[in-house]
Amino acid sequence: MSQIVKSDVAIIGGGLMGCSTAFFLAQRGISAMVLETDKVGRQASGTNFGNVRRQGRPIFQLPLANRASRIWRNARELLGEDVEYLQGGHIRVCFRERPENIGKMEEYAALAREEGLDLELLTSNALREKFPWLGPDVLAGSYSASDGHANPRLAAPAFARAAARLGANIVEDTQIVHAEKQGEDFLLTAKDGRRFSAPVLLITAGAWAGKIAGWFGETIPLTPRAPTLSVTEPVPYAIAPAVGVMTPDEVETVYFRQVARGNIVLGGSTRAPSYPDDYRAYVLPQNSMTQFEHLRRLAPALSRLQVIRVWSGIEGYTDDSLPVMGPSAKVSGLFHAFGFSGSGFQIGPGVGETMAELIATGTTDIPIAPYSITRFVDRD
Amino acid sequence: MGKPAVIIIGAGPAGVRAAQTVARAGLRPIVIDEAARAGGQIYRRPPENFTRNHAELYGSEAARAQAIHQDFAALEGQIDYRPETLVWNVADGHVWTAKDGETQAIAYDALIICSGASDRVAPVKGWQAAGCYSLGGAQIALKAQGCAIGHQVIFLGSGPLLYLAAAQYVKAGADVAAVLDTSPFWLRVKAAPKLAECPDLLWQGVKLLADLKRAGVPVLTGVEPVEIHGDPQSGVSGVTVRHKGASKHFAGDAVAMGWHVKPEAQLADLARVPFAFDALTRQWLPQSDAQGRAGNKVYLGGDGAKVAGARSAEVTGELAAMAALADLGLSVNAAVDADRRRWLLSEKARYVRFAQGLAQAFPWPHHMVAAIPDEAIVCRCEAVTAATLRASVQSAHAQEANRAKAFSRVGMGRCQGRYCGHASAEIIAAARAVPLEETGRLRGQAPVKPIPVALKRIDL
Repeated sequence: MSQIVKSDVAIIGGGLMGCSTAFFLAQRGISAMVLETDKVGRQASGTNFGNVRRQGRPIFQLPLANRASRIWRNARELLGEDVEYLQGGHIRVCFRERPENIGKMEEYAALAREEGLDLELLTSNALREKFPWLGPDVLAGSYSASDGHANPRLAAPAFARAAARLGANIVEDTQIVHAEKQGEDFLLTAKDGRRFSAPVLLITAGAWAGKIAGWFGETIPLTPRAPTLSVTEPVPYAIAPAVGVMTPDEVETVYFRQVARGNIVLGGSTRAPSYPDDYRAYVLPQNSMTQFEHLRRLAPALSRLQVIRVWSGIEGYTDDSLPVMGPSAKVSGLFHAFGFSGSGFQIGPGVGETMAELIATGTTDIPIAPYSITRFVDRD
Repeated sequence: MGKPAVIIIGAGPAGVRAAQTVARAGLRPIVIDEAARAGGQIYRRPPENFTRNHAELYGSEAARAQAIHQDFAALEGQIDYRPETLVWNVADGHVWTAKDGETQAIAYDALIICSGASDRVAPVKGWQAAGCYSLGGAQIALKAQGCAIGHQVIFLGSGPLLYLAAAQYVKAGADVAAVLDTSPFWLRVKAAPKLAECPDLLWQGVKLLADLKRAGVPVLTGVEPVEIHGDPQSGVSGVTVRHKGASKHFAGDAVAMGWHVKPEAQLADLARVPFAFDALTRQWLPQSDAQGRAGNKVYLGGDGAKVAGARSAEVTGELAAMAALADLGLSVNAAVDADRRRWLLSEKARYVRFAQGLAQAFPWPHHMVAAIPDEAIVCRCEAVTAATLRASVQSAHAQEANRAKAFSRVGMGRCQGRYCGHASAEIIAAARAVPLEETGRLRGQAPVKPIPVALKRIDL
């Protein structure tokens, strides 16, 4: 029988949450191993839009988002490599036929200011002077100068490599098929029979996490969805902020950003189902078409560009679109951070630092009560 | 219930024969083609008002070209022909077309993909200079537009198209500076038994070589490309190769380069056809049975499935259409069909052996690609060097093609890896010291070719 690989903390799932937690644990001198079915950062963490935006999140989430923001700003020094974080700002706009959104923006800005997020409300000439490429249907925009965007393909692997440099054990191509608590330790078994053990277990397995939590009596229903993403050919760099639409109608919620290379990444609008058991997510062509349609309205000049590629990934949505984050309700030593419901990228590094803090000290100042698993399961 | 909907993609030799076969069974197939006029790349026609005749345009293949053009013209009224139309996606039993800024989804009961082939190119240091064309591109310029790619053209690569295109340039009056073949001559001798499957084609090859030599064109075999010289302002100025241990320089203002062609298999990929690694040609190919059945109502014909040339494409296009009709329960006369199928399959086998002979005689220069200098650009769309690609393997631990793409941007540009995919796989495999097939293959993603954000859906 092969030797059991041990560490202080075992993490199932090598996405941005798992890799950044391993990094911050390693910084604290706590050994962690990340067990990843495929390669780190390849699922939702690597295929999302790349928005590093705080506005639009629930106000109670802003302390976590602020923590993440500080990490993004220092990412290069912290990780020793570039994750293409561009602090070009973020603007959220509304269309003319929804003027009530201006009031909502003002209300949100007032509350956000108390949490340290400054938002500037722009309308008419001021808006067009600053962002001349916005379409005539755009009525107003809420601008955050201190947000931006980064490259999802690079972020989670960069955290994994940085964690490994600090001694974390990043174990790829390793699907955990069984986990249980035996005495004080969690015992994990991989598909090929290899075994791992640790006194603390963190589940950061995205769309797959509901099933794994179920092994401990905490079955969480997660809906696997597939975002619709596209990228254009490169054009001269001209658009600094990430741009998105505020609307209650999902099909209108498009967004875009321009990377330094010049390509414009398009996201949002209708999501498709995805298939976690097969590790497959497909872009439905009809969704790309509605995405283009709403983008043309948001920024008509983009109509002239050519889309060279579409892609998707596998995201796990909870029923209330808030993550499950914090200690287990049933098993001591077990922690969760999953179900980020299509909006986990920006807060990812903040989640990592917070989970590391929680595991190391038993507490955190970041309000995480709204993410308690007791929303879905009873405490034992 | 109406008649089954059959869609044929491509109007080259395979698509034309498939369309004829389906129309003969009383169906009205939709034939979608990117070009303005049928014929495919091999029998591509110049615009209507050009006056060069078939003999001038297609040389020894003039009769075949004429037959394809005429037979397709005769289908008028029996088919729903949609020229200048791109199929940019296949999903959920529908093809998605794009034309003049409009898109529509068209359902099919059988989809026959005859998507043809495109140039297989290997990176050479300096190949990003203006004036570097693929061999096929150089040939199309001549065939469709009656112009040469430069005043003094260097042909670099391997395979029959290298000699054919060079000879066509000479015949058209262009100055061919040199023909530089990376394959050593003795491989041709070794492959002769397989090449003898098509004696007339073998003879044509011998004649082409003689024509080139008679015209005083230097023809070198067994060369190793060193560098394409040039600068961003004036483009290509020459090529340096190593030949028999010595460095040789040829001056020229354009380079036509290519190592055979490879299937345009992106649509098969989007239609979720399985792929398998082909050790002889060192690439992943879509899989189908001998008649072209690829599963899920998809059929493959012509060079889009496996490269075996235009004559073979006529045979495999017809076979694929016959398989589709049989699966739809539309065989007109089972006994006649069986005889025809047997003959087509034996013809196909002959062409496949000939194609294997060509692959052996003029191999893809994988050792040269794997050893390309660090400073050479591998991905021209994104201007990524071999050094960056190698670093993604060595320091970022990319183990396969998609991961290396995510880290290095190789294959992320306009061509979506069409022109750098094979080369980057060789470089990744060499950096990891593993067999090529372990580096996987770039996942196909829509659109097959760029589509505008302005594209409007019109079928709702």
